[in-house]
Amino acid sequence: MPTKLSLKHGRIDLSHGAGGRAMTELIDQVFRAEFKNPLLDQLGDQAIIDPLPAQRLAFTTDSYVVSPLFFKGGDIGSLAVYGTLNDIACAGAKPLYLSAGFIIVEGFPLSDLKRIAHSMAMAAHAHQVMIVTGDTKVVEKNACDGLFINTTGIGVLDDHFLPSSPQPTDRVVISGDIGDHGAAIISQRENLSFITDVLSDSAALTPLINLILTASPSLRCLRDPTRGGVAAVLNEWAQQFRVGFLLEESALPIKTPVRSACELLGLDPLYLANEGKVIAICPAAEAERLLATMQQHPLGQNAAIIGTVTSDPQAFVQMKTRIGGTRLVDWLAGEQLPRIC
Amino acid sequence: MCLAIPARIEKILGNNRALAHLGGVSREISTCLLDDVVVGDYVILHVGFALTKLNEVEAQKTLALLHTLTTNNKSNKKEESLYALS
Amino acid sequence: MRYLDEFRDPKVAEILVQRIISTLVPHQDYKIMEFCGGHTHVVHRYGFKEILPPQIDLIHGPGCPVCILPISRIDQAIALATQQNVILCSYADMMRVPGSQQQSLLTAKARGADVRMVYSVEDALAIARSQPSREVVFFAIGFETTTPPTAVAILQARQEQLTNFTVFCNHVLTPVAMSALLTTTADSAAPVIDGFIGPAHVSLIIGSDAYRSVAHHFKKPIVIAGFEPIDLLQALNMLIEMINQRQFGVKNQFTRAVSTTGNVKAQQKIKEVFTIRDRFEWRGLGWITKSAIKIRSQFAAFDAEERFTLPTGAGQEHRACQCAAVLRGQKKPIECALFATACTPSNPLGACMVSSEGACAASYAFDRARILIQQRKLPSHDES
Repeated sequence: MPTKLSLKHGRIDLSHGAGGRAMTELIDQVFRAEFKNPLLDQLGDQAIIDPLPAQRLAFTTDSYVVSPLFFKGGDIGSLAVYGTLNDIACAGAKPLYLSAGFIIVEGFPLSDLKRIAHSMAMAAHAHQVMIVTGDTKVVEKNACDGLFINTTGIGVLDDHFLPSSPQPTDRVVISGDIGDHGAAIISQRENLSFITDVLSDSAALTPLINLILTASPSLRCLRDPTRGGVAAVLNEWAQQFRVGFLLEESALPIKTPVRSACELLGLDPLYLANEGKVIAICPAAEAERLLATMQQHPLGQNAAIIGTVTSDPQAFVQMKTRIGGTRLVDWLAGEQLPRIC
Repeated sequence: MCLAIPARIEKILGNNRALAHLGGVSREISTCLLDDVVVGDYVILHVGFALTKLNEVEAQKTLALLHTLTTNNKSNKKEESLYALS
Repeated sequence: MRYLDEFRDPKVAEILVQRIISTLVPHQDYKIMEFCGGHTHVVHRYGFKEILPPQIDLIHGPGCPVCILPISRIDQAIALATQQNVILCSYADMMRVPGSQQQSLLTAKARGADVRMVYSVEDALAIARSQPSREVVFFAIGFETTTPPTAVAILQARQEQLTNFTVFCNHVLTPVAMSALLTTTADSAAPVIDGFIGPAHVSLIIGSDAYRSVAHHFKKPIVIAGFEPIDLLQALNMLIEMINQRQFGVKNQFTRAVSTTGNVKAQQKIKEVFTIRDRFEWRGLGWITKSAIKIRSQFAAFDAEERFTLPTGAGQEHRACQCAAVLRGQKKPIECALFATACTPSNPLGACMVSSEGACAASYAFDRARILIQQRKLPSHDES
């Protein structure tokens, strides 16, 4: 007879990751109970996908180490699902299957784990994807911040979208306000805490991306600006395609509280993480139509054209400041830190 | 040096502490370096401390002077001296 | 955001720039030093050098408390952090500054030292309260703006009778540093400076009168400016007019926050807790008498230099590092052979490349495209 876990008051211990009965009970009563789908119910160590849904697949992996685990606007679970879906969708692919590997610290409350698993299940179900395989490991105290999640995702490629190199005069379009997720997380960090209404923008972008693909037939590329923000994505593209970018500071959409948080802490919003935004590069002729289409979707209401692709063999990302000068939007070596000076 | 920004005092919390507000964000701060801080005052905030009260009369004077420059420029009137400030 | 956005108005900026251009004497160069690192940051972050005429040479001064800290003090901070049972609390700005052998607080943390980034000295006090068996050391840096909070923290620690809280004090003084900069010594000539943009927030504390003796002794004009781009442009206007009329003395653009006497209450708290050191070493400016403060003997229980034995020794700069000359305004970052080659923000060889208001870091982060093309180190867009 399997032991019923005390999901309200119980805690993870090392036996839950040891491969024995305790681990099977955990998987059954927490993960299988939430994720519920035929592939998972096959009960093997692997999910058998037969036949293949298509000839051309997109495949991604990601790890989620966010702290705090529960934040305004989401939690590590929903973040993991949406983040993986978004990576697949940005290739122009339809996400189908996810895996989820959990590294859990001993002493972790089962109620929190159940809550996170439930959040993942809801997120997956809402976007018609299945979590079909997974893994669980338990580590000793202090080895990790409570919980880490690793995912992989598989999706079916759209036949019509082939990412291509941005060209000078192409436009840079972002789907909405920058820095929401970064600001929401920072506001809950102990020694930086401040009170704000800002919610993480964590969301699945698939429906918006589908609209983008239809509105811009010659779309060049798409990416969600997560860690490192808009600056990281543009610098990566600049390096990859050997082009430059010129942004317009006054065109950047940003919520007032996010701006205030940045002023308080000396942070640049271009480097803050976004978990529910996408940057699209399209030919100038398609930009207005793309913008109008995005603005009709709830996830794209504050979409804006924020800059242009330039010819620049040095691949600099630059920005016209609000007083008319130009500054570099440099590629940060590491994490942006708050400053007092 | 010294990243410091203007914030509005929203609430006095007692014991030389107050809630300061800046565009949708609030933070608890220390007012022990100032006297007679009241709700509605604007202060300059640095590392969690209010360093001075913003002189709103002077701020408005500066803004008015800048505004005059803008309108003078449009109508090509003789310019005000910037020495009006100090 | 009130009292911020109005001072970033692009239309006003444009008019002030036009005014500056029309006020310049033809063919005359204007060497203007913005003393304060905060202004250096604003100059680069808004792209001032592109919109100002080339007659104006903006020289970056040593007002960056991270940049002027000598390597020996950083080595001492790292030594404190690696002592057993110590929690070293530091503002984020200091975490990556390289000491000897390119070690930093961040590398010490990676090797197991308990180094914690804090936003305010109050966070360090809170840690001391919650961990009574650990020694909490607060790494205090900054000019006069940041000193009053440290004074308040020490007074608070005494009131609460905390026995595990000390401060490693590196607070420095502004007007004395300005004098030292303008003094020619046997080792080095003073840079040519026609006028100063004076610090905004230091002046809140010390008042505009604090600069009068420097201005009159060296016969220089000083205009105190706020930190927003409009403030800086307005102050430049005022300064250029003073230079044209050969006026010297102190004027105040930042009247909404700076008074002649400053924040007297804050000054009193500083006097209560601190006393002036005989001398202090400044990177770039050498040993300067009466240029920094230390904790008074009656507060010795809160002085990390009393509680702990710290290594002495000169500290080892990188051989080719030009931070000293950059801090004195004698060289521009591009004139250092290491700039943007071996020395970059991901591999900083000197302090000026670490602090976001260091001349080198600000140039690199915001301006290097323009200056590298100008110096012919890169082809411009037309040539490619």
